[in-house]
Amino acid sequence: MAAPIPSPTGPAMPFVHRLREAVIAGLVAMALAVPFLGLRTVNLDQGLVVQANLAYVPLAGAVVFLGRLILGLLAAPLAKAAAPLATWRPPAGAQRLRPWGGPLLVLAAAALPFLPFANRYVIDLGTTALIYILLATGLNITVGLAGLLDLGFAAFYAIGAYTCALTTTQLHWGFWPALAAGGLASSLFAVLLSLPILRLRGDYLAIVTLGFGEITRIVILNWQGLTGGPNGVSGIARPTLFSLTFDRRAPAGGHTFSEVTGIAYAPEHRLIFLYLIILALTALAAYTVARLRRLPIGRAWEALREDEIACRSLGINPTMVKVSAYATGALMGGLAGCFFAARQGFVSPESFGFMESATILAIVVLGGMGSQAGVIIAALFIVVLPELARGFADYRMLAFGLAMILIMIWKPGGLLSGRLPTIRLSNAKPKPVAEAA
Amino acid sequence: MAGPLLQLSHVHASYGPVHALRGVNVTVNEGEIVTLIGANGAGKSTLLMTICGNPKPTQGQILFQDKSLVGIPPHLIATQGIAQVPEGRRIFPRMTVLENLQLGATLADPAHFAEDLATCYGLFPILEKRQAQRAGTLSGGEQQMLAISRALMSRPRMLLLDEPSLGLAPLIIRQIFQVIEQLNRERGMTILLVEQNAYHALKLAHRAYVLASGEVVLTGSGRELLANEQVRAAYLEGGAH
Ligand SMILES: Nc1ncnc2c1ncn2[C@@H]1O[C@H](COP(=O)(O)OP(=O)(O)OP(=O)(O)O)[C@@H](O)[C@H]1O
Ligand SMILES: [Mg+2]
Repeated sequence: MAAPIPSPTGPAMPFVHRLREAVIAGLVAMALAVPFLGLRTVNLDQGLVVQANLAYVPLAGAVVFLGRLILGLLAAPLAKAAAPLATWRPPAGAQRLRPWGGPLLVLAAAALPFLPFANRYVIDLGTTALIYILLATGLNITVGLAGLLDLGFAAFYAIGAYTCALTTTQLHWGFWPALAAGGLASSLFAVLLSLPILRLRGDYLAIVTLGFGEITRIVILNWQGLTGGPNGVSGIARPTLFSLTFDRRAPAGGHTFSEVTGIAYAPEHRLIFLYLIILALTALAAYTVARLRRLPIGRAWEALREDEIACRSLGINPTMVKVSAYATGALMGGLAGCFFAARQGFVSPESFGFMESATILAIVVLGGMGSQAGVIIAALFIVVLPELARGFADYRMLAFGLAMILIMIWKPGGLLSGRLPTIRLSNAKPKPVAEAA
Repeated sequence: MAGPLLQLSHVHASYGPVHALRGVNVTVNEGEIVTLIGANGAGKSTLLMTICGNPKPTQGQILFQDKSLVGIPPHLIATQGIAQVPEGRRIFPRMTVLENLQLGATLADPAHFAEDLATCYGLFPILEKRQAQRAGTLSGGEQQMLAISRALMSRPRMLLLDEPSLGLAPLIIRQIFQVIEQLNRERGMTILLVEQNAYHALKLAHRAYVLASGEVVLTGSGRELLANEQVRAAYLEGGAH
């Protein structure tokens, strides 16, 4: 990873430099403010008219100057205060608890819907968080483990969702076969997509995947006959438990969950059930990734991220490794898409834009590229934080962005940047080795 | 087996307009250490890389165990029994020493793993102490030891080493060269060694080739070349090390 870039706000900078920096920032802000703030178009009777209001220009300069100065002065004390946070390691005893962390977390998450404060809203939020965890777990394979940047992951999400939507509405499949179909379709699509981009790396790969993401969305938007275009697809089948539905009234020839179990009907049951199956599947996905990392295929993913030439000299076929990384990641993206479709009962192309890809990538990067625990924490952060900040209405994305910047300043390698070795040694103390932060 | 273990005849290779190899003939017999010396940019690394299929030779023939290697994709060259320690080591820096060695054993029978690991740790005991450490945090010498061990994990018939002494202290160089010699003497490992450190390499090698501008300009036994005036002038200035 890149060496830490000496920050211009580093502690060693004398006050004069900070002042100069702030003056420069202020001047730049003023220059930018002339077109952005100083000139306005106003709709008068004669049509659009440009009005100059240059009073804003010095104001913007002053605000940026002060902000830059304060930020510069605060950076050192802030970094100092955060230093213990950046180098924090779990205590030695915690290592022994590690294998229990996953199962305990799953149990705690499974208990969530039955806690007193768990209303529809909480369960729904939990479901959203789980969908993102599943998505990011998939993307983490391609980006975090295999090191293949993908800016169009929402395409796989979309293909999973639409496969689920179309197989249940057009072919009248149940949820479960549709789920399998969604995962497989997405995976198959990934194999096809990965073939032309095998030779690309880094920036070029990022641009091409970005293009694929958009193409997928635009094809869905315009293929009216199949996908309903901008109107989307509705009436998607809901998950069933051994063919029991969670409706108030049983469909013809079927039974409902409340009829068979004798538990009084409640609309929340369906939400809880969906939450629990997503939880189970996400846990299974996380477990699978952890297992795969210890198998030759998972090790090859990581080795490919490190050095492609060395991989070849050891007899590892980079093509196979890349294709399998894309396919496995997309499988999880496709499954997440199915859950998304089944939860909403409705899908439309809007849900799968670039923002979606960016959000999923942000979770992976924030989580520390390759860390499963990091993905979970980052997904909760990204899903839950904007909800908590709902009261701030317009400022909520601002607060969110600020929080992301702060995290990246304090933990440039992501929240959990230490890569866990895949092998435990009984004699040696395994230590998660963090990136030079 | 009739012919030599590895035979390059009239091999040409280019990187776009750069004609890096111009009809090279090199032979390596079973059980030999053969060294390849030459100035920077002479094409030594290119020669090793061409054996491994990247770049592909534009002309000429490469035979390994009487089988042509030309046209075999790079990742399948290793399956033929050729292990390469590339220039600059190219270990997997974020993975542990043990994981690096596991990756080296990708093509090997898993049943041999414990035995091969013990062999590597026997050659380089420091690696055992460092096995849980991230490979990128090893010293340069340790990284070179890891790179050699990783190549050995596939149980190759032949080892291609590209400048194992690069950037190492004299003491470590001596240790590495001792291991190379030991591998050859005790286990009959065939080795093609590229070196800048001509003195050490020529002392060790049974035979040697001098490469200049993509061509073999001189060949002979290690001892002969060590005594050769031209070689002494060009590659051994300052005399013995
Ligand atoms: N990937 C490449 N692309 C283009 N030209 C290359 C490439 N690799 C090597 N060359 C060129 O091929 C020639 C031979 O390079 P090579 O690396 O084989 O030299 P070398 O003998 O190994 O030198 P050194 O002792 O410095 O490692 C040089 O002129 C070099 O510039
Ligand atoms: Mg070289």
